[in-house]
Amino acid sequence: MTRYTSATPDDRQEMLDAIGVSSVDELFEQIPEPLRLGRPLALPDGMSEAEVYERLAALAERNADAERQVCFVGAGMYDHYVPAIVDAITSRSEFLTPYTPYQPEISQGGLQVMFEFQTAMSELTGLPVSNAGLYEGPSALASAGYLALGATKRKRFVISRGVHPHSRETLRTYSVGYGAEVVEVGLEGGLTDAAALAEAVDGETAAVFLQSPNFLGAVEDVEALGAAAKEHGALLIVACDPMTLGILKPPGECGADIALGEGQPLGNRLDFGGPSFGFFCATEAQIRRMPGRIAGETEDVNGRRGFVLALQTREQHIRREKATNNICTAQALNALGAMVHLAWLGRQGFRELGELLVQRTAYARERLAAVDGVELLHEAPVAREFAVQLAAPVDKVLDRVAERGIAAGYPLGREYPEFEDGLLVAITERRTKAQIDELAEALGAAIAVDRGGEEAVEAEIAEGVA
Amino acid sequence: MALTETPMQAEKAQTIFEKSKTGRRAAALPDAEVPEKPIAELIPQNLLRAEPPRLPEIAEPEIVRHYNRLSRRNFDLDTGFYPLGSCTMKHNPRLNERVAALPGHARLHPAQDPRRAQGALELMWLLQESLSEICGLPHVSLQPSAGSHGELAGLLLTRAYHADRGEERTKVLAPDTSHGTNPASVTMAGYEVVKVATDEQGGVEMDDLRAKLAENAGEVACLMLTNPNTLGVFDENIAEIASLIHEAGGTLYYDGANLNAVMGHSRPGDMGFDIVHVNLHKSFSQPHGGGGPGAGPIAVSDRIEPYLPKPQVVRREGSNGHGPGFDLDFERPKSIGRLRGFQGNFGVFVRSYAYILSLGGDGLAEASETAVLNANYLKARLAEGRAGKRLPIAFDRHCMHEFVLSGKPMKRELGLATLDLAKRLLDFGFHPPTVYFPLLVDEALMVEPTETEAKESLDAFAEAVEKILAEAEDVAEIAKSAPYTTPVRRLDEVRATRQPVVRQQLD
Repeated sequence: MTRYTSATPDDRQEMLDAIGVSSVDELFEQIPEPLRLGRPLALPDGMSEAEVYERLAALAERNADAERQVCFVGAGMYDHYVPAIVDAITSRSEFLTPYTPYQPEISQGGLQVMFEFQTAMSELTGLPVSNAGLYEGPSALASAGYLALGATKRKRFVISRGVHPHSRETLRTYSVGYGAEVVEVGLEGGLTDAAALAEAVDGETAAVFLQSPNFLGAVEDVEALGAAAKEHGALLIVACDPMTLGILKPPGECGADIALGEGQPLGNRLDFGGPSFGFFCATEAQIRRMPGRIAGETEDVNGRRGFVLALQTREQHIRREKATNNICTAQALNALGAMVHLAWLGRQGFRELGELLVQRTAYARERLAAVDGVELLHEAPVAREFAVQLAAPVDKVLDRVAERGIAAGYPLGREYPEFEDGLLVAITERRTKAQIDELAEALGAAIAVDRGGEEAVEAEIAEGVA
Repeated sequence: MALTETPMQAEKAQTIFEKSKTGRRAAALPDAEVPEKPIAELIPQNLLRAEPPRLPEIAEPEIVRHYNRLSRRNFDLDTGFYPLGSCTMKHNPRLNERVAALPGHARLHPAQDPRRAQGALELMWLLQESLSEICGLPHVSLQPSAGSHGELAGLLLTRAYHADRGEERTKVLAPDTSHGTNPASVTMAGYEVVKVATDEQGGVEMDDLRAKLAENAGEVACLMLTNPNTLGVFDENIAEIASLIHEAGGTLYYDGANLNAVMGHSRPGDMGFDIVHVNLHKSFSQPHGGGGPGAGPIAVSDRIEPYLPKPQVVRREGSNGHGPGFDLDFERPKSIGRLRGFQGNFGVFVRSYAYILSLGGDGLAEASETAVLNANYLKARLAEGRAGKRLPIAFDRHCMHEFVLSGKPMKRELGLATLDLAKRLLDFGFHPPTVYFPLLVDEALMVEPTETEAKESLDAFAEAVEKILAEAEDVAEIAKSAPYTTPVRRLDEVRATRQPVVRQQLD
């Protein structure tokens, strides 16, 4: 179906005449005959706009999204309220439809947004240099590994088991390529085992990777743990949740050389996992090894303030095989969403939101821990997410709670076999006290079914679940 | 040239941090509703932040004005012609934005149980099937986040494929004209780049390829190619190239940046490629967003399939009278593993699948036809008049979806560099073509009009080039100091690299 093109039959004829060929087919004759497809693609014919909408709406209908289910699932992506101005600004065509700002004179808007975003992320993390954004969190961590190899000329990584399992897996995938060894250090009471970490770091270690709050929600003492890295001259790389940085001591004040993470909580949708953005901040010492785009301030020929892509000599289009990374996308639109969200929250609101998360999380943790069959998986301090252990198979419990329109959390068993019936519960400003209370009640009822409580079984039968 | 400042130039750039005033705010947050405790009782004091980050303090109306003003300092595809070579700046249908924003897509948590995300998984599976048919390769992973991420994936797949056969190969061949991401990805994947020379048509220099294969016998893991190549020409030797690489035991990688030329006409899989990445933000209409997001799914042959990243979206036949269902498959023992978190850039998949549904198989083929027609028409227009003399085509034959001009005579005869022409085009309301790429053409201008452009736009662009060249014959200085009408004039890019200022200093 002809869509989104303007050429009429008359236009085509005039254009073919100007080219000096009799048909478009003639232009395709440079493709050797055996390599021409010679048949239509085996795809459905094109559809009208209304039909496409209906088709996709029908697919969307079959997903239990956070509008239909109360979402306590986090694990790196969170159901925050994104203010309406984020949608309004990011859908402006001037931000939505340009390419990377290769022509700075006509890209000042996008470049200034990058500069503002870099300033904001630098403030959040407490490190002086930020790039304009990377694909997303876990691959940002793997890129930090690549930087550390170049910076230290060593080939060994030590990573806490508290780092997001996707980040650890991604680091391993990348490490097979760039030839690094990955050593994992376990958890003790929900926190990185400090003694084991100190033991694992040696003079061959390029980087130590921590996450705070870690995957189990526990706030790590990054400064204390990082001492091992400092002692051996390894880089300290800290993954963090940007939404907690109004409350928690920023990585830059804890000795981190690099702070990075998944940016989704700031101004981005859940989108079943993407697109979002990764942030990446570092000390001045690493500025010429940074991956990704970086905007910088400069002047035009008349002395007007302006912005350009800075430090391009690090990048693939200039340095080719010697580039500091192959990445050329900055997730600019996603980073814009983050910047608008941060401006909307503002200095006070950002802190208040952090406090709100801590208070509601503390309440939810206490409330759930009081439920029969629920125990805290660890008692370390938490900010916005916490882990519990259920006295019943977690998958069954999740199914039963889902029947009541609640997504209770993230089951830990696949990635942490040691916590087979562990559940990770996340709180955002959208999760009200009433919802938390309902979650506690629903979990209790669901667990009771497996514990053979007659009442619960009867209740279940009455609800038609069994 | 009168140098009166335009109103926008007169407006001094001010960041949102500079507009901040203590006590202003936009956000209203809900009450905690729960019994509150002092924060230091919940989290040890030594782990807490002393002062909140210095984010701007500003009311909502001023935030909106600030970013609306900034938006007007951007040129965009919805405003005008954007013939940036190898970037495929095609129209971004707003239908796609609408369907991507449906709560069932936009508010779906990535860790949702697959049984409760059947619509999303089915959409991903349908997109995989569509891309498989378009690429002529049986298996697809949607996970890579961009073209360069797809390249890295392809090279890690190559490594896994060879390792599984007990081989450790160390070198990857890439033409000296390849996109910069190719060699950068090669290094990241732990390989060494061996450059292959390019013939005068921009194709692989066959003798050099044979020589490089002989010199590095048993060492070549892969050859990375773009076809049509960076000169916009289809490499007629591709079948022979494929058989040489396969005989040498290597894999053949297709950089899908130029796929928009051949959709429904020729398929990388049929050309002999083992691994292909597809830029959904190029051929499949995902908006570029001023530098992302995009997505770079890969399609692969049977022999590469076991190593695909995990999880993989699979369709399982139903039992007990149930219909088929969709799932995430983590049980892939030979997989290279994850390349990122969760399942990929799903929002991009929604848009690209909507685009494929809108066009259909016939529409995709027609889009490529129109893209090729537009490119050849614009090439013909630019072969006339002054452009024909000063900006000759780098290789004179029919092109595919893009073509490359050389500004060498213009520079020699008029003293105008390609950069000057590009900057002067800004004053005429056009985004310039890609400049100084590919490297083998002096003063290169790489022009890709895409199927989006009407004949009138192509004519207007050709006329603007003609005017600029005529103007330069009189006074070359005009273009050399261009642009004049943009929000800022030529910027000092060297300073931004030598003395980088990459964040705002705050008091």
